Amino acid sequence: MARTTKPKLAVWKFASCDGCQLSLLDCEEELLEVAGAVDIAYFPEATRAVVKGPYDISLVEGSITTPHDAERIHQVRRASRFLITIGACATAGGIQALRNFKDVREFVGAVYATPQYIQTLSKSTPIHDHVFVDYELRGCPINKYQLLEVLSAYLHGRRPNIVPHSVCSECKRRGVVCVMVAKGVPCLGPVTHAGCGAICPSYGRGCYGCFGPKETPNTASLSKRWRQLGVKEEDLVRAYRGFNAYSEAFRRESESHER
Amino acid sequence: MSQSGAVSENPYALPATDLQKLFDSLTQRGYQIIAPTVLDDAIVYEPVESVNELPAGVTDEQRAAVYRIKRRSDKAMFRWAVGPRSWKHYLYPPHQRLWEARRNGGSGFDVVAEPEEPPVYAFVGVRPCDLAAIAIQDRVFLSEQYRDENYGRRREKALLIAVNCSHPAGNCFCASTGTGPHAQTGYDLALTEVLDSKQHYFVIELGTERGAEVLEGVPVQPASPEQCEAAQRVLENAARQITKRMDTTDLKELMYRHLDSPHWDDVAKRCLTCSNCTMVCPTCFCHTVEDVTNLQGTVAERWRKWDSCFHIDFSYIHGSPVRVSESSRYRQWITHKLASWQDQFGVLGCVGCGRCITWCPVGIDITDEVNALRRSEESKAALTSPKEESHANP
Ligand code: SF4
Ligand code: SF4
Ligand code: SF4
Repeated sequence: MARTTKPKLAVWKFASCDGCQLSLLDCEEELLEVAGAVDIAYFPEATRAVVKGPYDISLVEGSITTPHDAERIHQVRRASRFLITIGACATAGGIQALRNFKDVREFVGAVYATPQYIQTLSKSTPIHDHVFVDYELRGCPINKYQLLEVLSAYLHGRRPNIVPHSVCSECKRRGVVCVMVAKGVPCLGPVTHAGCGAICPSYGRGCYGCFGPKETPNTASLSKRWRQLGVKEEDLVRAYRGFNAYSEAFRRESESHER
Repeated sequence: MSQSGAVSENPYALPATDLQKLFDSLTQRGYQIIAPTVLDDAIVYEPVESVNELPAGVTDEQRAAVYRIKRRSDKAMFRWAVGPRSWKHYLYPPHQRLWEARRNGGSGFDVVAEPEEPPVYAFVGVRPCDLAAIAIQDRVFLSEQYRDENYGRRREKALLIAVNCSHPAGNCFCASTGTGPHAQTGYDLALTEVLDSKQHYFVIELGTERGAEVLEGVPVQPASPEQCEAAQRVLENAARQITKRMDTTDLKELMYRHLDSPHWDDVAKRCLTCSNCTMVCPTCFCHTVEDVTNLQGTVAERWRKWDSCFHIDFSYIHGSPVRVSESSRYRQWITHKLASWQDQFGVLGCVGCGRCITWCPVGIDITDEVNALRRSEESKAALTSPKEESHANP
């Protein structure tokens, strides 16, 4: 297809570990293809060249944790035609959202010598709490093939093949033997969004919920099963308080085991 | 309806120590052998070359949401029931590319059909319930009106070597669906494993010409009357071990009477809508089709992928999905299996293999749900009859 100008892509970072952006660099072979298909205009992690906005596609990594970032995300939104959040931090608040269950001032007092220099918000929140998001890509980290799929779908005007089904659906299609049924290992797969390809069950481990809640997650029923498998209430709280602790379904389930 | 009928006429016998010769005969004839083997704490069907890979001395224990393999004190190779995988993994693979299209330099594109010829399979260890399941998928994919070539070219070349059951598991209810534990039809060869303190051999029943062909060069002998009787005892014993039942009388009507039952909300409290049940079910055939492109837009591919009625977008029709609630999705699955399947394909959609019960992470049991519907009718009847009486005698 003859395209006169390539779409401009920007990658933005908020509170995060950079792991999701690195998935883009991790594309190695495909990276040249990406560079051929889009104009990587703003990507401080990879290049110092900066092209001014507006941008056709913005990939946003990280959560909002500071007053400054709460402002900056609005600038990013204004400069972006299509905004895609990538990863558990941007879509659910990330592991740093564990602060949301406690008083952040106590942490700041305990960690920093001069807490008065620290400007931080009481909660770590996902990007969709602040601005309109066109597409959310889940995962901690995201799956690079899903990232390529979203970009490819965007470029060719089709719907991305990314589904909100359970990890179990991927697990079974791969022919992995269910660790919960065959070994009694607790697994979050039945309530977790697909996307990783059931990595942990394929290594005999239970799913940790990196991709956050799936569509209609029945966490109460799964927790009941976990209790039968011998998991304690406090460990259920911990299981749901991972990278997606502040996602609605996991937050409510963890809180229901705290009481 | 239990099928523990007599071993068919003129069977052969093969010492267990010569089973490898049957495997060799299959390999020499170009078959890829798929047979049971232990993988990640379960007995699954995998490509194998040697009988040493079979689960000799291993068995399974199954309950709702629980599967465990156990060591046996003997060296029996086939004393276990079905595992999480079914033969549909091979006949109707979970991911399958249907075709690809490439831009041809000009303004058009060329469609490239899948070049790869699928392997010619010999399935060894097909359980009677799974034979019935394959026959059901044949009706689905190979009807005269709508023939699925992708299924057809795998299925029609495949050789089915059944092994009758000697150790049904706790969730097997094939006796109720009339599909086991003794294979009646649909096999090329059917084996019954006999193992006592003195001998270990297989009694082999012939199903087809192709079955007879692969026995050429394999040191089989006509089975003696004693050997046939021993095989018969194995089958009778297996039939006795099946304790799980599902009453199929009036089943279709029962399901249709309960489309609006409050019971579906009760199931929805437990159901994870995870789709494990449909993925392990040997008769479930639903799939979706996905189109993918490369970044440059020079290649597009169409893939077929197992889908499930437990997914919301599965019922997406023009603007919104039809079955949003969890209760409607479970009801769809069980009602299709047990009722509308009969209208659609003329048979029950369930072969009583029990996989959906074992592999449901929260142990939802299809037979229990049917029983619950029956009980709800009984209690309703009990409730209404005294009322009628009081009405009659004011
Ligand atoms: S191992 Fe986990 S993800 Fe896989 S089927 Fe079992 S519960 Fe689901
Ligand atoms: S019945 Fe069990 S296996 Fe099937 S979707 Fe519900 S929870 Fe999952
Ligand atoms: S519905 Fe359940 S018991 Fe029936 S064939 Fe399917 S998996 Fe087996």
